[in-house]
Amino acid sequence: MSILIDKNTKVLVQGLTGSQASFHTERAIAYGTNVVSGVVPGRRGQTHLDLPIYNTVECAKRLTGATASIIYVPAPFCKDSIIEASENGIETIVCITEGIPTIDMLDVKAAIDLNGSRLIGPNCPGIITPGQCKMGIMPESIHMPGSVGIVSRSGTLTYEAVNQSTIAGFGQSTCVGIGGDPVPGSDFIDMLKMFQDDDETKAIVMIGEIGGAKEEAAAEFIKEYVTKPVVSYIAGVTAPKGKRMGHAGAIIDGGKGTAEDKYAALEKAGVATVRTITAIGDALKEVHP
Amino acid sequence: MNLHEYQAKNLYRKYDIPTTKGKLLTHPSQLDDILRTIGKDKWVIKAQVHAGGRGKAGGVVLVDSKYEANEEVRRLLGSRLITHQTNSEGQPINSIFVEEPCDIVDEIYLAFAVDRTTQRIIIITSSEGGMEIEEVAEKTPEKILRNPINPIVGIMPAQCRQICDDLGLDKTLSAQMIDLMQKMYKMFVENDLSLIEVNPLVATKQGYLMCLDGKVQVDNSALYRQPKINEIRDESQEDERELKAEKLDLNYISLDGNIACMVNGAGLAMATMDLIKTHGGEPANFLDVGGSVNEKRVIQAFEIILSDKKVNGILVNIFGGIVRCDVIASGIISAAEKMNLNIPIVVRLEGTNAAEGLELIRNSDVSVYEEANLDKAAQKIIELTEQINEGAN
Repeated sequence: MSILIDKNTKVLVQGLTGSQASFHTERAIAYGTNVVSGVVPGRRGQTHLDLPIYNTVECAKRLTGATASIIYVPAPFCKDSIIEASENGIETIVCITEGIPTIDMLDVKAAIDLNGSRLIGPNCPGIITPGQCKMGIMPESIHMPGSVGIVSRSGTLTYEAVNQSTIAGFGQSTCVGIGGDPVPGSDFIDMLKMFQDDDETKAIVMIGEIGGAKEEAAAEFIKEYVTKPVVSYIAGVTAPKGKRMGHAGAIIDGGKGTAEDKYAALEKAGVATVRTITAIGDALKEVHP
Repeated sequence: MNLHEYQAKNLYRKYDIPTTKGKLLTHPSQLDDILRTIGKDKWVIKAQVHAGGRGKAGGVVLVDSKYEANEEVRRLLGSRLITHQTNSEGQPINSIFVEEPCDIVDEIYLAFAVDRTTQRIIIITSSEGGMEIEEVAEKTPEKILRNPINPIVGIMPAQCRQICDDLGLDKTLSAQMIDLMQKMYKMFVENDLSLIEVNPLVATKQGYLMCLDGKVQVDNSALYRQPKINEIRDESQEDERELKAEKLDLNYISLDGNIACMVNGAGLAMATMDLIKTHGGEPANFLDVGGSVNEKRVIQAFEIILSDKKVNGILVNIFGGIVRCDVIASGIISAAEKMNLNIPIVVRLEGTNAAEGLELIRNSDVSVYEEANLDKAAQKIIELTEQINEGAN
């Protein structure tokens, strides 16, 4: 088992013909991902990377049976593309694009929640179930099928954790980069729940960052629900206090959001915390069953 | 991107949101005309800077003579205002907003902001408006009201009525408040804002609501579709190097240390800073080169890093995903050749095309230290810069 995606997942690519999409889709196919088609408005009937292209998700899904979609379209068009995928019954949607206006994401989130679609991202590295399916831009070579579930807000920090869990010999069940935007499609809790319920996942690595209160909420959830060992690192202990305008941010966060607050909450929930990104592998060796 | 108070008030007026009348000046010679146009015998002199806490810092003053107005304008204009929300250098005062004071009966706090927890725009209100709002939020959180807006239907009259009841407003003020909140939500959405904060929103002796202040923030990701707002951006309020970096699509924040970092990804950039500090060094900056970096961008990143004269060593830490390590390596080589670099550089390349990148560096004439282990890379750059420091002493 794994979470979200596996070797049976049929993947379509929205914005397939773009340069980044082409580069990463080619690698995903070489990795063994079952990519079935691309959706690029106005390019119906063409092929790219030997894949058929359709104008709409509706058509691509009907003709190829796609169940998941990865989105590379430019930021101004992402709201349309994500909602299109969701409205047409795509279960797992990954949006790689960065720089989507926040107002667009508020609309997107409200719309897709009604359909029960699972959105990962935007502004994220995507998902990989090693040896089976890659929907994202991560370097495949560092991954290894195994037992650690990894979830992170940051792309490159996910890679660090993956690398260390591979070197430590555990490998990964599934790795998910949920993205660092203000309004992400999924958060830590969604992934923690799936990892807890997944038989193959034996330990979880969660990598957070300063700002917001998602890590604190995750700590609460871990205390209540997660019985598997969790290793956690929070980036930004040394980050300077940013310049700010007005008081609303402070009022909303209610004093939460510093790395120390997050560490304290996680430690209270029994999480094995590490203070440097390079210490994840060693911590895993200690807690992994 | 932040707006000045006077720009926020212009936006209010566009949406027919009640606010005080005022005039902007950028030179003391404009003052006489402005005071005459406004009339009255009392005025408020307000420094236009991108920071809160202006009142306490002396950036907002009530004056009751032309002489005093002139004194204050001359004191403020061209100086820098340091508030608890700025850094130690403060923000430059290049313009001043002069307005008529109003007779205040009551002060309300009103803000619209994006709440990450509910993933909604929320209306934050409090009957305890005024300067101490953060203290109110901390000590008496029950006096802060939060009402999320469902984006599918937008702001609803019923939730506005609820807010007015909870604030204890009378019938005439409630009617104005409901209207004001609906206009403000429209303004928020249509202009891609990330914050509107009115502190205080006042009830006047004459029975009217009036926005006395305006802190408005625009979502940078949406500036491409807000050309009019982009035009009024005041770059003098922003850090010069940070601004230059932003124009190059680089995410840069300058810090006080001596070891520069060049990293891909904001998370890894923060983790790299943390690591330098853990090993006893001081980072000179945060720099995320982003996902779409090319060779030219790497050279530009080096230029920005090196424009900070405190820098005497560079740690490059790239974990390639969407970024290709060979591209970064070519950039480092070109930058080193072009800029004749004479400070130590430690390079750690992992991930996509890392082997190709290291190959390029090894085959070049550029002298950089490569180190695959991130801990060791951080220790190495600290050791090398310490040698320089000792040499200098």
